[in-house]
Amino acid sequence: MSSITVGHAHDDHAAHAHAGGFLSTYVFSKDHKIIGLQFLFSTLIWFLIGGLLALGIRWQVAWPWAEMPVIGKMLFANEGGQISPEFYTILFTMHATVMIFFVIIPILAGAFGNYLIPLMIGADDMAFPTINMLSYWFMWPAFIAIGSSFFVEGGAAKSGWTSYPPLSLTDWNGQTLWLIGLTLVGVSSMMGSVNYMTTIIQMRAPGMTMFRLPMTIWGMFITAILQAFALPVLTAAGFMQLTDRMFGTGFFIPEGWSVNNAAAASGGGQPLLWQHLFWFYSHPAVYIMILPAMGMVSDIIACFSRKPLFGYKPMVYSIAGIAGLGFIVWGHHMFVSGMNPALGMTFMVSTMMIALPSAIKTFNWLGTVWGGHIQFTTPMLFALSFVAMFIIGGLSGIFMAATPVDIFIHDTYFIVAHFHYVLFAGTAMGVFGAIYFWFPKMFGRMMNETAGKIHFFFTFLFLNGTFFTMHILGVVGFPRRLADPYHYQTFHHLQPLNEFITYCAIGMVAVQVIFAANFILSMFLGPKAGRNPWHANGLEWQAPSPPGHGNFDFQPVIYRGPYEYNSPESSKDYYPQNEPPPGAHPEPPSPPIY
Amino acid sequence: MGKFWALVFLLVPVLGVACFVFAPVYQHWLPIDVSQEGHTIDHLFYFILWLTGVVFVGTEIALFWFMLRYDGAANRKVNYTHGSHSLEIIWTIIPAATLLFIAIYQMNAWADSKIRNPAAGPDGILGTADDMPPTVEVTARQFEWRLRYPGKNGILGDQDDVHVVNDLRLPVQEEILVDLKSADVLHSFFLPNLRVKQDAVPGMKIPVWFRATEKGSFDIVCAELCGWGHYKMKGRVTFVSRGEFDEWLDEKYREQTATVDSQVAQGDVE
Ligand code: HEM
Ligand SMILES: [Cu+2]
Ligand SMILES: [Cu+2]
Repeated sequence: MSSITVGHAHDDHAAHAHAGGFLSTYVFSKDHKIIGLQFLFSTLIWFLIGGLLALGIRWQVAWPWAEMPVIGKMLFANEGGQISPEFYTILFTMHATVMIFFVIIPILAGAFGNYLIPLMIGADDMAFPTINMLSYWFMWPAFIAIGSSFFVEGGAAKSGWTSYPPLSLTDWNGQTLWLIGLTLVGVSSMMGSVNYMTTIIQMRAPGMTMFRLPMTIWGMFITAILQAFALPVLTAAGFMQLTDRMFGTGFFIPEGWSVNNAAAASGGGQPLLWQHLFWFYSHPAVYIMILPAMGMVSDIIACFSRKPLFGYKPMVYSIAGIAGLGFIVWGHHMFVSGMNPALGMTFMVSTMMIALPSAIKTFNWLGTVWGGHIQFTTPMLFALSFVAMFIIGGLSGIFMAATPVDIFIHDTYFIVAHFHYVLFAGTAMGVFGAIYFWFPKMFGRMMNETAGKIHFFFTFLFLNGTFFTMHILGVVGFPRRLADPYHYQTFHHLQPLNEFITYCAIGMVAVQVIFAANFILSMFLGPKAGRNPWHANGLEWQAPSPPGHGNFDFQPVIYRGPYEYNSPESSKDYYPQNEPPPGAHPEPPSPPIY
Repeated sequence: MGKFWALVFLLVPVLGVACFVFAPVYQHWLPIDVSQEGHTIDHLFYFILWLTGVVFVGTEIALFWFMLRYDGAANRKVNYTHGSHSLEIIWTIIPAATLLFIAIYQMNAWADSKIRNPAAGPDGILGTADDMPPTVEVTARQFEWRLRYPGKNGILGDQDDVHVVNDLRLPVQEEILVDLKSADVLHSFFLPNLRVKQDAVPGMKIPVWFRATEKGSFDIVCAELCGWGHYKMKGRVTFVSRGEFDEWLDEKYREQTATVDSQVAQGDVE
């Protein structure tokens, strides 16, 4: 496939499709849908692992040094069944690492990006199917590196997901595996993002102009751009840390500093350099972790409000604005790091400004629901909860953007509350909504609505019980990452509240069983879904459920945007993007103009 | 069913506000503040709390109300619209102005906490002879706070320095200047009751300043992950009168000279 003409690649690809055996159809598949599902299943399994790690953290914070019932003796026989302070640091480091790099990022881009992009823009596959396949298979060495790091001497990485040096230079095998794992995830993401950008720019069906793209595609597109520009910085920083560890290059350590009483290193480096490089990637990465979810939620809300999305263009511009501003706010993670405080002030101003596009998006979602004809389906409930919860996460951001207030709340549970509202209550709830919404397309069967609603109800209650109360802990100044906070007089009285939080967290993880059962049973036993069970407008709903190889059994031609619900021009309450208007020109419209 | 779900969503603002109303009643709130400047931070916190609180309640109630009123089961006519230019302008300008206002409003407090270094002498330039000497040098290391006071002569780094671990004593009602350092990894010097937090970075000497208005003894918390023993890196700061402080320092000095040999053996004196 040396040819770069997309049309040619496509022929090639269709030709060999039918020749495939089991291995090339389901395992080393180049079909974007299979790859999407591979990402989906892998990330859901890691979601479970990440959730269990979180319960370990919560156990320790609620009842420090208490023996863990049942599994304690199995896991920590040497410590008499209790979590050691060292293992506690592994728990929170790996919880965050797994959730961010193995769940949220790959489930958004890898699973939904892969599955939905070609279907929604009317393409038969991605621009580069082989690269697409490799982007999945590069996750595996990363899975192995991170997974095996639990079993190497000294255990997995224990310097936090932020891996600040010099601490991260002092612990051995686990951290090296962590760096290797992350680099591989980066390779995978980069292959994905190049592919998504190219596909969205090059392979839209006739009539699918940029401003007729569904918000999901906009979210994926901007995310791919963010990845492509931010990721190299993390990769470079990761390599610098790796060479610091292996060859003593000293990028991040000052003159005369010595690791574990070894001879003084050559030094000349700066610990703050890592923080700048790390956040230069990882702040844009927090948007990588939410923009696709914002897009999917926009599509779900419009569909079940049976009303056009309110302010489509402002929605697009605010995503783009978030992406642009996202590159100049990284210093807000470093207000008290020792960075020049005058610089802190400029980062404060840019951070305040980035709350603006978030506000605009929220108002437009509310505008979409307003005056609609709401259908309270499971995906809609999850999408609405995304809005309700994102409001909280966005507003708590303002406290932390206010530098003087951040002096007090930095590295407390206030931050923990903030990012769980955007990442769990926001993105993860949005992803649940997306799964319920697109499941019929993926598997050709419906999920059970009643079970879905029960799952939603308890997840929603428990998640707020878990995370809202963390704001209160933060207001007291309760620091994150402490294995035993209660010997501080200031925090001694917070244990009962922490117990409450832990009970809620256990409940939250437990009710996911309902989801898992619903998912698995519906795959095989759910009622058959037609092509368009939700009466939605998107192109993906015109393809068979599930779509066959090559996606469409007709050549899609696009006549309008994706949000024409209850349009006066249609007799139904929806108006698919490809339905020719009455008296349409016989010949298809010209190819997209940008 | 729409009514039920709307009510579930209404729980968010109701319980959310309840949380913030009842938390102070049960002392789950900002710890007491004994610093001169801390109240500006607290004031800013309350200001943002009220502002975001109003937006929070407003938007969540709007969502609740729309869910209730525009329930599909009620079969109203759908308001087919793609948006409103004037609404977009309103909800862009108002938040933008508000955010800009907060940004400017807080600058002074930030400058007081982190930029206007009291060490600078009357000329306002650091590094000149009449600069204020540090009251104490704090060196964080795994997992303790090493404190070094300039002795009687007020000069840090000579024979009459006084060395203490974890037990920080300081005079009340005086401007305190701390030179913050780290001997190994990152740490963070967090005094919840003075609204002070500053990371300690190897290779850097970072000035930290505050002034206590009340006597008493409070926690020094390490707020940056520094290894497995991070949780136990606890110190105490005690504010006493000038007289008591001098007396205490003298006594520490005497204790130290009596045991100076063993101190040297431990590598405590540079
Ligand atoms: C309204 C816009 C937002 C503002 C103003 C904002 C502001 C901030 C600030 C100032 C911090 C640093 C706090 C500290 O460490 O002291 C922070 C941390 C964080 N934010 Fe946001 N944020 C916003 C939205 C988001 C979104 C949308 C996400 C993710 C989807 C996110 C994820 C995070 C994460 C993960 C951290 C903590 C990283 C860590 O220290 O481990 N934020 N945010
Ligand atoms: Cu950030
Ligand atoms: Cu520490």
